[in-house]
Amino acid sequence: MSKSQMIQTDRGSVLTAQEIAEIDAELGHVPYKSGAAIDALKIVQAKRGWVSDECLQAIARHLEMSAEELEGVATFYNLIYRRPVGEKVILFCDSVSCWICGCDDIKQKISAALGVDYGETTADNQYTLLPVPCLGACDRAPVMMVGDDLVTHLDEAKVKALFGDVKVEAGGDQ
Amino acid sequence: MEKVLTRNIGLEQEPTNLKAYEANGGYQGLRKAMAQMSPKDCQDVISASNLRGRGGAGFPTGMKWSFVPAAEKSTPGHRYLVCNADEMEPGTFKDRLLMECDPHQLIEGMILAAYTIGADISYIFIRGEYIVAIQRLRDALAECYGAGLLGENILGSGYSLHMHVHPSAGRYICGEETALINALEGKRANPRAKPPFPQVSGLWGRPTIVNNVETLCNIPHIIDRGADWFKTLGLGEDAGTKLFGVSGKVNNPGCWELPMGTPIREIIEQHAGGMQDGYQLKGFLPGGGSTDFLTAEHLDLAMDYNVIGAAGSRMGTGTMIILDDRTCPVGMVLNLIRFFAHESCGFCTPCRDGLPWSRQVLQDIEEGRGQPEDLETLAYQVRYIGAIGNTHCALAPGAMEPLQSALKYFYNDFKQHISAGRCPYH
Repeated sequence: MSKSQMIQTDRGSVLTAQEIAEIDAELGHVPYKSGAAIDALKIVQAKRGWVSDECLQAIARHLEMSAEELEGVATFYNLIYRRPVGEKVILFCDSVSCWICGCDDIKQKISAALGVDYGETTADNQYTLLPVPCLGACDRAPVMMVGDDLVTHLDEAKVKALFGDVKVEAGGDQ
Repeated sequence: MEKVLTRNIGLEQEPTNLKAYEANGGYQGLRKAMAQMSPKDCQDVISASNLRGRGGAGFPTGMKWSFVPAAEKSTPGHRYLVCNADEMEPGTFKDRLLMECDPHQLIEGMILAAYTIGADISYIFIRGEYIVAIQRLRDALAECYGAGLLGENILGSGYSLHMHVHPSAGRYICGEETALINALEGKRANPRAKPPFPQVSGLWGRPTIVNNVETLCNIPHIIDRGADWFKTLGLGEDAGTKLFGVSGKVNNPGCWELPMGTPIREIIEQHAGGMQDGYQLKGFLPGGGSTDFLTAEHLDLAMDYNVIGAAGSRMGTGTMIILDDRTCPVGMVLNLIRFFAHESCGFCTPCRDGLPWSRQVLQDIEEGRGQPEDLETLAYQVRYIGAIGNTHCALAPGAMEPLQSALKYFYNDFKQHISAGRCPYH
């Protein structure tokens, strides 16, 4: 079970005037409104961190599409979050080059330090840990993103510097 | 060797702005085309240059463009040029470098490509995680609009083009060009059945060309200096230079611009500095996660599309992933198949259901639960899931490439896992 807390959801559940203005600007690029679905989801997520049911329904109404169809789009993409996430999302690369360079071990250390597994948010709501396809920095493997920042050449010391002491755990190999 | 694609890229160099790019010959190709070349002239030069797509498939760029219907034979409306900057193939890290360090080179290539096919709108479809590249491309686009290099009546030529950066919301499948088009249309990124091909009916049903970042970065240089010059850059049958990369347990992992046709041994031993102490090369994927393994016996092959193809693999993206003798080949294939199973869009049955089945069999073998008949099951999956035509797109056949070649070259490793009931590498 996730250790995440419910963070402040968007009370009122209505899109802000600024969000609507940004979505409407995107409508100029597309021949029909639902064409801006992904842009609209990203605009709403940018400030709120995630897309709540209420927001999803409001976006769907604004784009004149069904909420079900928009939900199909939203849940397809791994960078659209339909559940609350922490202040920063950790996108941890577990693809092949990082795997060869020992990312499984690093991931265990991060999980131990933060007390979360993939899909979970830390108790203090600082971080959500997610796996991500190859981040295109394989010459600097293992790598991850913390928020907007790429962190390369991951090792135990870097994990400790970022997330504090790694709790001692049994069964670490290699 | 003369650096072409990376001439503005160096360790101590700042990423180029418009002024720095132009000072080093930037936008000369565009000025030349706008002043004295018709779209047909540009098309002829690119076709003659033998440029092949750098995104992995190696399809001739000039031929791809030539399938766009002539403007006078087409219904009126928009035409689109899309740059595929959705670099997500496991082990591939070349387009990031080109976009972060020299964004104007890509933009110039895109303007020229758009001019050639008669496009009036273009998109850079870039993965959302490439935060730095997105910002630098946006800054560069603003500079171009300010300098009359984009927008209405470019350089007084009468040609107009608008360009947008479109950060993606994720998923590996968006790198498939018809899936990418669906994503640009705001839909789920399921690949489309072909035909119709995007050149005829792509974005919003209009003629659309999708090209890889590195492919487009070649265009300004070919237009500026000609097809014959470009062909002299390659050492073998393929033209131009290529960004080659190496990752894994080598001394100096990295990405270098080298002549097309550079021998694999030179790339791994000279540029990547050879294997780290205590590690030996057991095999390698020559061009990303969906290419077949090759082994030490292939080190003297040239990195040319047809040479690597004849050896039973693909040059793919040209970024190699090294399997060393202390890394389990079954574990490596399991990592890859797990990735592809996770990234399947779920539309076609062999991919949606077949890849998780492969993953399960591989996981059983890796974790010591394998049975002798599992090897026949894997061979069956390779035939069925890997067959071109069973799925809309190449994700599942691509996923089978490392598996089928691992079964060929590392069969004993699979057998040892099963007979010992454990992974011998742990």
